[in-house]
Amino acid sequence: MNWRETFRTALEAILSRRMRSSLTMLGILIGIAAVMLTVGLGQGAQAQVRAQINQLGSNLLIVSPGSTTSSSGIRGGRGSASTLTTRDATALASRVVAPDIAKVAPVVTGSQSLAAGTTNWTTNVVGTTPDWLQVRARSLAEGRFFSLAELNSSAPVAVLGSTTATELFGGRDALGQTVDINGTTMTVIGILNTAGSSTTTDEDDQALVPQTTYSSRVASSGNAAGVSTLYIEAASTDSLSAAYQEATNALLATHGVTAATPDFTISSQQSLLTTATSTDRTLTVLLAGIAAISLLVGGIGVMNIMLVSVTERIREIGLRKAMGATPSAIRRQFLVEASTLGLCGGLLGVILGLVGAQVLPHFLSQPVTIPAIATIGALGIALIIGIVAGVYPASRAARLAPIDALRSE
Amino acid sequence: MTTAFVAGAVSSPILRLNDVGKVYDTGSVAVEALRGVSLQVERGEYVAIMGPSGSGKSTLMHILGCLDVPTTGSYDLAGEDVSTMSEAALANVRNRQIGFVFQQFNLLPSLPAWRNVELPLCYTGMARAERKERAINALERVGLGDRIEHRPGELSGGQQQRVAVARALVTDPALILADEPTGNLDSHSSADVLALFTELHDQGRTIVLITHERDVAESAQRIVRILDGQVDSALAMPAGTVR
Repeated sequence: MNWRETFRTALEAILSRRMRSSLTMLGILIGIAAVMLTVGLGQGAQAQVRAQINQLGSNLLIVSPGSTTSSSGIRGGRGSASTLTTRDATALASRVVAPDIAKVAPVVTGSQSLAAGTTNWTTNVVGTTPDWLQVRARSLAEGRFFSLAELNSSAPVAVLGSTTATELFGGRDALGQTVDINGTTMTVIGILNTAGSSTTTDEDDQALVPQTTYSSRVASSGNAAGVSTLYIEAASTDSLSAAYQEATNALLATHGVTAATPDFTISSQQSLLTTATSTDRTLTVLLAGIAAISLLVGGIGVMNIMLVSVTERIREIGLRKAMGATPSAIRRQFLVEASTLGLCGGLLGVILGLVGAQVLPHFLSQPVTIPAIATIGALGIALIIGIVAGVYPASRAARLAPIDALRSE
Repeated sequence: MTTAFVAGAVSSPILRLNDVGKVYDTGSVAVEALRGVSLQVERGEYVAIMGPSGSGKSTLMHILGCLDVPTTGSYDLAGEDVSTMSEAALANVRNRQIGFVFQQFNLLPSLPAWRNVELPLCYTGMARAERKERAINALERVGLGDRIEHRPGELSGGQQQRVAVARALVTDPALILADEPTGNLDSHSSADVLALFTELHDQGRTIVLITHERDVAESAQRIVRILDGQVDSALAMPAGTVR
């Protein structure tokens, strides 16, 4: 019997027991669809996190005060005050010191109550420089960002995030209005475009003022030059590690500390991405593991049905052997039957998975990305499960002695 | 039978059992089912093997049909020694040389008559169109040319057994081996099937029929009696003279 003949016989056997065959396939179908959807959900979530982090600004390095040590977590710098200053920012922005750094935006932040007329809103007030806009890859919906001149003159101007503007001014146009921050009246000169919320902060709910304005008028006390974070934009993605090195060396030199006892930490987008995706990956692996178990159960179902089938068709096997079927022909017949069950179940599972990937995002507000390789892989797995599940029943059928098989009732 | 045929048959009988013994080892007890059976069947002969149940005739049928191998002795079928063959080689011999007719018909209920008849040809590598043609020819020969698309459930017992006979004929085997072919049939259908065997014998087929019924055995040309695993009387005798 050639392969086409064997395949036809297998299809006939499957079709002649429709109910049982469909139930058997259902096990594989559910398993494959579950695996595909969990992988798709994981991939979708990872892509989402990646997009969110990229949104923070491209080629971004973040310098924060203190350093992490392996033994005790966060370690403060000199005393408890921030070790970073605007002078660090100026030094890093120098083309001579750090040729691979494009822009530096020092940032000092604090939670403040803002008032516009009778409306109050507490939000994050950020003191920074004009370069912030480019470094954080943001844009303005209307108005303008503050200028270098306004920075140098500690001008009472503010740029609001879209949420902040809506909360303070409702539907009215915020541009040109005034807002009181810690007793200082400031003019709203710009509104930021929305950016969505990142994992930690709402990027649309903040008020930006010139750093000098912040230190002289908003902050109640403290070091006028001190900042909480330095955002560094590398010249390009390729020069990110060079920029990292240059920033590290420059800061070590200006702070007069050694690499063994740094008083700052530089993190990159990449490290954030790694942290975020590794959390996601753990969850994906867990879910995919559960789905894989359901697939395994489906495979056991195929094996079970094939064993029942061999027992039930023992006379048929005996007859086929008497008619001249060799043991390998019988083995092939049952193997092909099992793998056809697996493959058909897998095919239906892939279809269900692809349909689910279209439907699920509407209910979960989670993107589902199914890579093409996963679809092909799922079919391959279903086929392999069918074959593996068929091996034992098929060899049992092949080993049956023809006289015993014919004699059985 | 032509004289040339007889001369050929003398030099090579279609089937020759030489002192065949079969012992079933069932663990604690060894059962000796056959004790030195020697038997020869010439080409074109119609032989009935007769014996009561437990006589070893089923074991003999299994060995003749290459479904089992002898413990001792040798068995030549159509010039080949099959007593030492592997399982796969035996499957090929069954496919080419033997056409089986069983008591239980053993038709596959989900397949139409012609697909049942075609079954042995599926294991020969023959093309599909030729298989169908030969299957239909075989069905026409047993008088079921108008039943080729019927499934076994739609046929009477006698018709089912005739489908089985067609299946035994379809490969043009050296030997047709019928194991109690009338055991499940009423007397009318039995006579029908036996008449078919006589007809096939007249066309030159070699037939070995296993039965425990004297009436059935008497339709054969020669009767071989089996008793306690031995041939009781292997003399060639016209069936009508056995008393």
